[in-house]
Amino acid sequence: MADITESLPVAAQAPPPRPGGVLGWLRVNLFSTVANTILTLLCVALLAVALPPLIRWGLIDAIWHAPDGQACRGDGACWAFIGEKYRFILFGFFPATETWRPAVVVVIFVTMIVAACDRRMWGRRLAVLWLVGLLAVFALMRGGFAGMGKVETALWSGLPLTLILAVVGMLLGFPFGILLALGRRSRLPAVRAICIGYIELVRGVPLITMLFMASLMLPLFLPAGMTIDKLVRAQVAFILFAGAYLAEVVRGGLQAIPRGQIEAADALGLSYIQRTRLIVLPQALAMVIPPLVNTFIGIFKDTALVIIISLFDLLTTAETALGDGNWQGFYVEAYVFVGAIYWSFCFFMSRYSQLLEREFNRGKRR
Amino acid sequence: MSDSQAAPGAMIELQGVHKWYGDFHVLRDIDLQVGRGEKVVVCGPSGSGKSTMIRCINRLEEHQQGRILVAGIELNADLKNIEAIRREVGMVFQQFNLFPHLTVLQNLTLAPIWVRKLPRKEAEETARYYLERVRIPDQADKYPGQLSGGQQQRVAIARSLCMKPEIMLFDEPTSALDPEMIKEVLDVMVQLANEGMTMVCVTHEMGFARTVADMMVFMDRGEIVERAPPKEFFSAPKSERTKAFLSQILAH
Repeated sequence: MADITESLPVAAQAPPPRPGGVLGWLRVNLFSTVANTILTLLCVALLAVALPPLIRWGLIDAIWHAPDGQACRGDGACWAFIGEKYRFILFGFFPATETWRPAVVVVIFVTMIVAACDRRMWGRRLAVLWLVGLLAVFALMRGGFAGMGKVETALWSGLPLTLILAVVGMLLGFPFGILLALGRRSRLPAVRAICIGYIELVRGVPLITMLFMASLMLPLFLPAGMTIDKLVRAQVAFILFAGAYLAEVVRGGLQAIPRGQIEAADALGLSYIQRTRLIVLPQALAMVIPPLVNTFIGIFKDTALVIIISLFDLLTTAETALGDGNWQGFYVEAYVFVGAIYWSFCFFMSRYSQLLEREFNRGKRR
Repeated sequence: MSDSQAAPGAMIELQGVHKWYGDFHVLRDIDLQVGRGEKVVVCGPSGSGKSTMIRCINRLEEHQQGRILVAGIELNADLKNIEAIRREVGMVFQQFNLFPHLTVLQNLTLAPIWVRKLPRKEAEETARYYLERVRIPDQADKYPGQLSGGQQQRVAIARSLCMKPEIMLFDEPTSALDPEMIKEVLDVMVQLANEGMTMVCVTHEMGFARTVADMMVFMDRGEIVERAPPKEFFSAPKSERTKAFLSQILAH
């Protein structure tokens, strides 16, 4: 090795120094060309116009405490409205004396989600944790034992309702979607036809229609006297809906798996199920993380549509809070508040997906 | 049709095998017998059906007429038979086809653990043994994408060997490799041949063929045109097509 290096006509050299420091960074990134400079200045101007009024409204002129809506009118935001109404916006019609129950439910959800993010947790332990967690959620919301009053599902509202619909919808919709995607690529014509028919039907219909059908039409088909809880109906509609959308995302990943991967798995004697679980799905799903998370975020926000069958999700409780005669007209404050909650969940999903992508692509592309 | 009687100890037996892609007749009346420990090298121009034939032996392709028996088991639509045969037949592909999402060690232990139901520890010991054999013991924890082509192909060979197959099929194992990596793969294959593995290789590496083959098979346009021991095959080919092919690939 040594003599080869010595005989090289051009010895290895250090790369040319990069412009260092803050000034160097500015020059390279913000002022490298005339067009770039103009863009930079334009952005600065925009911020200069937009930021000060926003800060004045949201912080400097804002009113933080007020006895009622009248006392809260000024040039700034009325955060006193949120202070007055946050309990109702978050937990809706759940009995006020039992607020701790939905609050714990939200904590349980956040804990389960955070735990699921740690890849070392993936496996049986996590499944058990989630099962226990979901049962606890149900028990806490419903009550009727250990001194907790029974609360009908019609009173489940606000953030817990949104989380239940979204999380359970994704949790069950995802495996359902995977099955649909696999079925759509099945060799058996009947399976394929059913899956294609289902996916195209559900994708072609607005979610609102499905919720309506679940809410109004389904009871017509049930035998007299038999009722299914409205929340359950909405939840099922969500799972069916999420499944169809996720199926198409997963199918994109399945199609990107090279034929050789399947042949190698076959040649080693793996069965269809082993091949799918160990070779095909891990690669296919890792490939479609961005559109997958895109769909998850969409599903999360689509939960707001359950107002159509008079379930009170987070957005609806906020709107209901606006109807209080003493506190009228604080739309912006209410929407900023719930918007921030939606945003933090969605932003979290987005950031986490980027982390996952990096982990899965480790060692792949080089 | 040749004799339908299996030769004693025949590991692979093809009898009057035909296959079509649509209307295109890719395999025409193929008869082939490979005895235990025998090494057969298949060559021929591209599109001659040699890859298709070798892929029929573990049912990556389906034949439409004739019989194929592998290790005494008949290949038919019965999934049990197909899986039984695939357990005993290893295959090495032109494009390696390692699983990119698994480490080298995981690539090697996957089938033994899931198909052979070996305990993980035992599977890993076997895997390390074969990595040693293909001379890359230190790459066990890397991902395939971090290895050179030659290394990947040797991992692919080791992956097949971990299933302790009776037969190894090689489908142009060196065609996708940079020239300087061909030898390291061929060395491993020669070593394997010397240990008595039953092998069917589709390859254009005539040096390798001369060294290890018991039998040369030349295919053209979907049929076996000529078969002979290598000495005879290279020095005195009978058919004009064989002569033309050999002069082309041995010219340089």
